Amino acid sequence: MVRFATRWLVTSLLLLLFVSAFTFVLVSLIPGDAARSILGQSGSREQYLQLRQQLGLDDALPAQYWHWLHGAVQGDVGSSITSGEPVGSMLSGRIGVTLSLVASSVVVAGGLGVALGVAGALRGGWIGRAIDVLSLAGLALPSFWLGLVLVAIFAVKLGWLPATGYTPLGDSPVDWLRSLVLPAVTMGVGCAAVIAKQTRDAMRETLAKDYIFALRARGVSERSVIYRHALKNAAIPVTTVLGLVVAGLFSATVLVEQVFALPGLGSLAVQATADHDLPVIEALVLFFTAMVTTVNLLVDLAYVRLNPKVRAA
Amino acid sequence: MNAAPLLEIEGLVVRYRTGRRTPPVVACDGVDLSIDAGEIAGLVGESGSGKSTVAAAVLGLAPVAAGTIRFRGEDITHVSGARRRALAQHVQVVFQDPFGSLSPRRTVGQTLSEPLEVHRRLGRAERAARASAMLERVGLSATAVDRRPAELSGGQRQRVAIARALILEPELIVCDEALSALDLSVQAQVLNLLQELQRDLGVSYLFIAHDMAVVRHLARRVTVMRRGVVVERGDAQQLWDAPQHPYTRALLAAIPDPDPAAQRRRRQAREPGTTDDLPRAQAR
Amino acid sequence: MIGAALRRPALTVALGFLVLVTIACVGAPLWVPTDPLQQDLGAILQPPSSAHLLGTDGLGRDVLSRLASGGRVTLLGALEAVVVFLALGVPLGLLAGYHAGRFDTVTTRVAEVLLSVPAIIFLLVVVAVFPASQLATMITLGVLGTPNVFRVVRGSARAASQELYVRAAQTVGLTSGQVLRRHIAPALSGPIIVQTSLFAATAVMTDSALAFLGFSVQPPQPSWGGMIAEASAVIDADPWLLVPPGVLIALVVLALGILGDGVRDLAARSVASVERPRRRPRRAAPAAPRAPGPSAGPPALLSLHGVTVAFPAPHGEVTVVRDVALDVCEGQAVGIVGESGCGKSVVARAVLGLLPGGARLTDGSIRFDGRELAGRSERELGRVLGAHGRELARRSERELGRVRGAQIGFVPQDPIATLDPAFTVGQQLTEVVRRHRGGSRPGARARAVALLAMVDLPDPEQVVRRYPHQLSGGMAQRVGIALALAGEPKLLIADEPTTALDMTVQAEVLGLLRDLRERLGMAIVLITHDWGVLADVCDDAVVMYAGEVVEVAPVQSLFAASLHPYTRALIASNPLLARAGEPLPAIPGQVPAPGAWPAGCHFVPRCPLAVPACSGELVALGGPGGAHRTRCLRHEELAPR
Repeated sequence: MVRFATRWLVTSLLLLLFVSAFTFVLVSLIPGDAARSILGQSGSREQYLQLRQQLGLDDALPAQYWHWLHGAVQGDVGSSITSGEPVGSMLSGRIGVTLSLVASSVVVAGGLGVALGVAGALRGGWIGRAIDVLSLAGLALPSFWLGLVLVAIFAVKLGWLPATGYTPLGDSPVDWLRSLVLPAVTMGVGCAAVIAKQTRDAMRETLAKDYIFALRARGVSERSVIYRHALKNAAIPVTTVLGLVVAGLFSATVLVEQVFALPGLGSLAVQATADHDLPVIEALVLFFTAMVTTVNLLVDLAYVRLNPKVRAA
Repeated sequence: MNAAPLLEIEGLVVRYRTGRRTPPVVACDGVDLSIDAGEIAGLVGESGSGKSTVAAAVLGLAPVAAGTIRFRGEDITHVSGARRRALAQHVQVVFQDPFGSLSPRRTVGQTLSEPLEVHRRLGRAERAARASAMLERVGLSATAVDRRPAELSGGQRQRVAIARALILEPELIVCDEALSALDLSVQAQVLNLLQELQRDLGVSYLFIAHDMAVVRHLARRVTVMRRGVVVERGDAQQLWDAPQHPYTRALLAAIPDPDPAAQRRRRQAREPGTTDDLPRAQAR
Repeated sequence: MIGAALRRPALTVALGFLVLVTIACVGAPLWVPTDPLQQDLGAILQPPSSAHLLGTDGLGRDVLSRLASGGRVTLLGALEAVVVFLALGVPLGLLAGYHAGRFDTVTTRVAEVLLSVPAIIFLLVVVAVFPASQLATMITLGVLGTPNVFRVVRGSARAASQELYVRAAQTVGLTSGQVLRRHIAPALSGPIIVQTSLFAATAVMTDSALAFLGFSVQPPQPSWGGMIAEASAVIDADPWLLVPPGVLIALVVLALGILGDGVRDLAARSVASVERPRRRPRRAAPAAPRAPGPSAGPPALLSLHGVTVAFPAPHGEVTVVRDVALDVCEGQAVGIVGESGCGKSVVARAVLGLLPGGARLTDGSIRFDGRELAGRSERELGRVLGAHGRELARRSERELGRVRGAQIGFVPQDPIATLDPAFTVGQQLTEVVRRHRGGSRPGARARAVALLAMVDLPDPEQVVRRYPHQLSGGMAQRVGIALALAGEPKLLIADEPTTALDMTVQAEVLGLLRDLRERLGMAIVLITHDWGVLADVCDDAVVMYAGEVVEVAPVQSLFAASLHPYTRALIASNPLLARAGEPLPAIPGQVPAPGAWPAGCHFVPRCPLAVPACSGELVALGGPGGAHRTRCLRHEELAPR
């Protein structure tokens, strides 16, 4: 167990280092420089040189990276070029929104996906085929488009739910939920499709195994065969897909937050990219990567828990 | 005057690495074996005995840690890739699984022509002719050249595998449990075929099996292995009539006799205490 | 493969659609009705009309033209990503899979790392660095997507390189390159196409997403994502504008997905045989119950009469087992012996009511302990159609469920594959015990340990905690027997219980079966192909050949004086009984497959005693009568004088 945790830690740290270094290098390739972007055309040459020195742009690239890393480890990831606000506080202000969104999407996707997948595996004929088609369709709909369509129907036409905006949990739980329904459904539908398909494939494969036949031959109740034995075995491949799905959800927040004007990290990323706000971009890359590695860790832990062959080793 | 043996294995040690922290598994621990030209040599053992590893080592498919394997006097234990490929013309194999050892996407004719393509400079017509001739030699009709393995039965596939092994006219064929996956009636047919081919072509077999009855029928000399070590060797009939080592005795006693009366007698002879000489198979 | 592809409608439609869209978009400048950039502020937000087939947007531009031109951009971008994806992933995967070792470990780690990078965020960085350069973003996307095809190619290459026929090719003397080219690469085309179409779908989506965010080609250049962004600005006024680009993206992605799935199905089908498992085993009623003939002697515990089973086939059904008769009394040990394909396992499954999907009992009756397990007449059920009929069927299924495990125990062939790998031995035993005997969990656990002791497992307390993969073959089979005994059945059906075991272990397990039978007074039906196993355990035997019972006799009579040419020939061809060095008296020819059975006696083509009468009507199971019956017309000539 300890070995497992240390390996994950080492891999994650290396990954974060790699990603941040890579981003840093990429960013340094931008023609023109940050100082010029800030000052625009108006600043004098003196101001420009002063700003360059201030931002440390005169140092060699590795030195700049080291400087940045030093700060990052202590929690200081610089300040936004556009607003001057410390990036750390910018992120912490918006984390809640993104996490709420991702969490509710996971609930939608997981619940819907597993239920559909199991149903599809158990019922043959047209229900199974309908689920097949629905899964493919769910995967095919672009999330940002689906969000807009849902807004057009439920917000503009019917007025049931808010089109944009976010209410923090603290202010009003009901409104918080209402502001999350459409975005969560948007993000969740595509993922539900993936999970449903994987669950169905895994269940079908499991139900064809020899031990399922043997269990029935031994007189085990059909309910136990399906919901205790088959499901547990099928959960193993589904868990690996779940990890990828949640990682994908983090990426999808970029688009969905934009559509629903949610003040989260995703919309911040879009804004920062448009503004060339490099410190913010770098910090966001780091954060999202850290999120993905955490999810991977949780998935690996679940996998070990479910699969005795790995656990007992 | 004894000619030098065709195949000579001395002190063969094969170790497989199973992971970074676990010690390697010793599949063979000092195995000696020799086969003369034109001889059928039997190698018997249960699962985990190392018999298939010996076959793999002879074919160059196993990591040999120590010992030597000599073929016609030449040391082939650690030969170069090119030499190993050239050796394919002299040492061939028939595997256990008739379903898996033929590529499902290629026709029988293509599978048989492949060895000829690699080693002989023959035209397509010549290769096709040899393939058809070999098919008939193993008891299949020449029309099988255009069939795929999925269209053939287990026995027919095994015959194709034998044809592939013979087509380069090797001196030694390793039969790795070649009959174990076949039905009884088919087994008898293929067994007869192997005997007939050996008589007509003078090819040697290293015949590996777990069924002592079959080995006794086919082979002149037998070697018995257990857990990577040779426990007994000798003339097949003698071993059958009077096994020396307790493991060999247990192995022979375990073969059930189709004659119920005889089987009852053997059981009564076996049950009171004979197998108690050996420690019960250790649970893993 | 193309031929097979065309026979599936979904695949053909998807492929056709994609080709159509590609041609339409690539050739856009040639056919679009209007210049996509031309504004017409007098006719903004028009609904579809004859002039503008899909209407106009907020600046009066023709939607259809913009859609087609925008498609060029998107498809080009997807192509760039796919090229990078394949150029990197396939060769690397091939090398890593075939030559395992350091290269493999390194590349796999790198692939894992790449997969952990959140794609869109990284693309945003690239966008910030190379603004409005679709090439840069698509190359990056291609690189980020490479691990997917890398893993699949590596997996397939690895699996292929471990196939026996690849080893055989290596032994024949092919070089690595030749092996890769001839034997491994062909196995990859399917998976590669699947991954490529899935990735192409992702590329189209991602490119549209970036365009939506304004990070791709700049307006007024049309792009599908950009059109969606423009539509969102006028969503209150004209929501229709959302539809054309969104639906088109969805259809393209859907078509690519169907393509990928379809190819995957095709590849799987071409190599393996079609296995269509049903979710729940079905048991249909037979045509009419055959009244069992007058029975002599004590009433049988299990009695099969006229049992016929048919399996689904491409053209209708094919009969696999015909007219099987079998009687097992209490405490009796009967063996069903025959070669593969004779139908012996099918008979066992029919008794259990667990025939594989689609197969059904078309005739005959199966009685156990006085109750009819299978013989509900169609007439009976037909009279009570609908809910009540279903209720009857469910009730008979439930009855069977009660019988299964509780009265009839089953020991399957492969000991380890028939144990649930996710549960310990103890958990599985406890569940079966509680199912049949009820009781508390600690009570059931104690019973589980007792069962393991009954099957001679040393240290049962230890074994109870183990998982199936931690057991040896012999131990696992003993666990299998314990599971079968958990319900204290009157009858035990063992389907080739020792075939997968070593000879010494086999002897022990057979001894255990004999022992249990004595101690518990259980009847045994042992299915085997090994005559020695038959002789060791069974008193009576049923010989099957090509779906029929050909002889029924006590084992001793069977061996000493068989009355059927097949039985005789089979026993004679056993090397144990032959003289070393001499050819074995082998039976020429091979077993006819179901569906290709000869008329009359199935053994005719291979039988030394065949006469024209044998190929006439179906031969009944007759013979001298009493305990010894045979399906040979000329059995008297075989009888000992």
